[in-house]
Amino acid sequence: MTTPATGAQAHLGSHGDEHAHHRQSFFHKYLWSTDHKMIAMQYLFTGAAMALIGGYLAYVFRMQLAFPGQNVPGYGLVTPGKYNSLVTMHGTIMIFWVAMPVLVAAFGNFLIPLMIGCDDMVFPRINRLSYQVFLLSAMVLLASFFVHNGAFGGAWTSYPPLSARGAYNLTPLGASLWLLAVALEFVAFLLGGINFVVTTMNGRAPGMRMWDIPLVVWMIVLASVLFMASVGPLIAGAVMLFFDQRLGTAFYDPGRGGDPLLWQHLFWFFGHPEVYVVLLPALGIVAEIITVFARKKLFGYRTVLYTTWATGILSFVVWAHHQFIAGIDPRMANVFTITTLLISVPITEMIFVYIATLYGGSIRFTTPMLWALSFIAEFLIGGVTGIFLGASGADIYFHDTYFVVAHFHYTFFPSAIIGMFAALAFWYPKMFGRMMNETLGKIHFWGTVVAFNVTFIPLFITGAAGDQRRIYSYALFPEQDKPGLQHLRELSTIGVIVLLAFQVFFLINFFWSLRHGKVAPENPWLSNTLEWTVPSPAPHGNFAEMPTVYRGPYEYSAPGRETDYWPQNQPISPLEEAAL
Amino acid sequence: MSSRSIANIRSVTGIPTARLVTWWIIASEIFIFGGLLVSYVMHRLAHPEWAIAAANTNTKAGAFNTFVLLTSSLFAVLAHQAADAENGKKAAKFLRLTSLGGAIFLIVKGFEWTHEIKEGFVLSSGGFWSFYYTVAGLHGLHVLAGLIIMLIIASDAAKNRDLPRVQCIGLYWHFVDIIWIFLFPLLYIAK
Amino acid sequence: MLERFSTGASTYAGSIDHLIFLVAALVGFWLIVAEVSLFWLMYRYRHREGHSSQYVTGEEKHLTRWVTIPHFMVIFCDIVIIVPAILVWVNVKQTMPPAEQTVRIFSQQWAWSFQQPGADGILDTADDIRTVGELHVKVNTTYHFELMSRDVLHSFSVPMFRLKQDAVPGRTITGWFQATRPGNYDIQCTQMCGIGHGLMAARIIVETPEQHSAWIRRASNPALAAGVSLPADTDGSKLAEVRP
Repeated sequence: MTTPATGAQAHLGSHGDEHAHHRQSFFHKYLWSTDHKMIAMQYLFTGAAMALIGGYLAYVFRMQLAFPGQNVPGYGLVTPGKYNSLVTMHGTIMIFWVAMPVLVAAFGNFLIPLMIGCDDMVFPRINRLSYQVFLLSAMVLLASFFVHNGAFGGAWTSYPPLSARGAYNLTPLGASLWLLAVALEFVAFLLGGINFVVTTMNGRAPGMRMWDIPLVVWMIVLASVLFMASVGPLIAGAVMLFFDQRLGTAFYDPGRGGDPLLWQHLFWFFGHPEVYVVLLPALGIVAEIITVFARKKLFGYRTVLYTTWATGILSFVVWAHHQFIAGIDPRMANVFTITTLLISVPITEMIFVYIATLYGGSIRFTTPMLWALSFIAEFLIGGVTGIFLGASGADIYFHDTYFVVAHFHYTFFPSAIIGMFAALAFWYPKMFGRMMNETLGKIHFWGTVVAFNVTFIPLFITGAAGDQRRIYSYALFPEQDKPGLQHLRELSTIGVIVLLAFQVFFLINFFWSLRHGKVAPENPWLSNTLEWTVPSPAPHGNFAEMPTVYRGPYEYSAPGRETDYWPQNQPISPLEEAAL
Repeated sequence: MSSRSIANIRSVTGIPTARLVTWWIIASEIFIFGGLLVSYVMHRLAHPEWAIAAANTNTKAGAFNTFVLLTSSLFAVLAHQAADAENGKKAAKFLRLTSLGGAIFLIVKGFEWTHEIKEGFVLSSGGFWSFYYTVAGLHGLHVLAGLIIMLIIASDAAKNRDLPRVQCIGLYWHFVDIIWIFLFPLLYIAK
Repeated sequence: MLERFSTGASTYAGSIDHLIFLVAALVGFWLIVAEVSLFWLMYRYRHREGHSSQYVTGEEKHLTRWVTIPHFMVIFCDIVIIVPAILVWVNVKQTMPPAEQTVRIFSQQWAWSFQQPGADGILDTADDIRTVGELHVKVNTTYHFELMSRDVLHSFSVPMFRLKQDAVPGRTITGWFQATRPGNYDIQCTQMCGIGHGLMAARIIVETPEQHSAWIRRASNPALAAGVSLPADTDGSKLAEVRP
């Protein structure tokens, strides 16, 4: 279906020129911007900085595990209390201050207006506010490291009664600051979601039907909806926990009529959809990349969409698989094991579709493509190991062991970290107007992926051998205090050190290419989607003339054409129209 | 003041953007209140003795407040009608009457709580009261916020500006009303 | 690591291990199929001069069956896993075989303590045995346990039994086990419970009937045998060191 650009729209298109002439002060351009691209950068840099902090925390506690009781270079001695804070903050930071801001907020902000063909988000000032609230949340969280007794040490899941009483967790100030920071982060993402969803619904270029929306946009929108629907009860729960901590209420205190399990339900009702909030944008990013570099249509756009909706809905009825042995009614476990194993079905279908997209392709192994393919290879491992945990009978053994840790790193790392590097490698030209260095990119890729596997494969083994979680030393457990297992722990630590070390290549590549990378053309990857029809870097206002869309985003290698790609905004020629 | 973005002006779905945002906000609030209320109901079922504490709530005040909120919602509807008819002054008048209802609600609640606190029932007085003050408090905050935003929109509407916002704040107010319709029986009638 | 899987020490360890093996076989199969397909397609359809890519709409029946058929096979595999998972779960967590002995397990920051019947075989009598950090049980005997917490959430875990159950303050949670091999096994706490979480190690000592009776005789309160009366503390709130 085609609609010609109306006169009004063509005039509105001059909005872009207007801004090109209007020079912004440093403050307005970088710190007080309402431009979605700048806000995206703010989220990206904040998230990346938090990733370095989260990675450092992992280095410290893995050093303690490999060399118990010894001074960790760059930190000092890891006491049991500090260990608990380290693991708590590592998990908290990685999920809320790295995965979400980078995948959802940074790339959502950057891509959505560009890919749907409009000039900014619907509410740029709410957008700016969302980042400011997010930044505040990050500062509150980091402040908690410096208060009396340090950062919260009750695990990222913050179960009461441990988290409700300072006498139990010994980090009472840290606990309340943690809660406040998480609450602020939730507000930031609720605000951000407004823009992602409403802009995609209402701000699309003329001609862009639902099925013409690039998958990554769909995924971020669905992730925002999942987030909004699941976080509400946890906000309620967090208010209750805060009151327990500070105002003497007893929502979770069994001695005074409360119920610790209530928190668990509220937390995991959010917690499970949350992992899909992180996964979906990564899946979207991978879809964009593999179609471009295989020069192939996505094998089943609608299939992927339907399975994503199914996954999203199902994700609300699996949460208690985190609580099989928590003291819930054992009969409930049977319901949740069924739903949990069934949710593997649509995801499997989606992964099969992605793999099938490679069939008949002409694959170029650029850095973004390497990342996208490795996402599939690694996520497969994460996905299948989840089955061990979803099967309730088996979970009795695996619950709270390192097997769980390895499983979720094989799902989170591909989503958050591989997804981030894939997206950066792919959209860097559009963001910064330069090409990244392919050699450095490939060195970074191989180092990261190999080191990642070296870090986490041993943990499947130690977990299956009984290593329980959140233990600073296995010295008191004869069945765990064995040289074979200790060697595996050391191997995992070596892995994480190498993993962190290789990030230097990325940092060098990123900053060096900003100034010295090859100047990027408008469409270096010969991609179909609308962001590649504007200059690199994308200018303020995005489109000099608002585009009209004529087809879906994945028309690669369409028969009878000179080029193997077909941009969404290219009008159909009369000859082509006749041929249809 | 920067010109509106094109994204702000477009409406591919046909539904005005402001209304989509209002529904998004209402949806997220439904989940927040839903979480609180479901938690309360489950606790209440497990603790029949809470009925003793619950007997101390002022049902008359609650009923009066219900009437006040429902009436104020009626005014919100009338405001919407006036806005549709492009009569900004009339819409503003009705919005201000709605706000008055909200203010009366909060004043009555203020008296209620003062009395209850004097009797010794505070947030930490036990399970029922913790929920009571938390849920009703959160609701009250939403009434207050809605009231303030409503007055701002009313002053714009009186100048015939941004009339579509009248419907949006009206939608929000109906939501606040509906939450109270759930709260009232759960906190006041179930004894 | 594998020794752990061939040396479970409870009656249900074997069924849990079998379930784990079943899952491993099925998911292992699919993992290999998926990874091999992925890598093979990467190789087969790598860019080469003179070869261009195909236009595949995703409607082609001869191609979609490569996704649809595995899809249904995966659903079937899921059902094959769900059934034994539920059977194992019902056996371990929902049904309680008749108890031959009952023990009380107390978790607190940061130790495990236990209360079990003394020589009279009845719980909550004056000769109950109270221990800290070690639980002595008899082999081939069905035990019920009553698990409690004095403060925060803990979790009673005996890897060699494939036993794990969270302890919730304010509740008594029951479960059961039957040990099959004498030996000395780890008890872990598997729920974050504060700075002493890693210090809550304990031992479960599975004894032959003779060893166990001997231990009961030694551990049952010697004062009772001497005819001295003791204050009642059947709620377990007072702990006494075992003097063997």
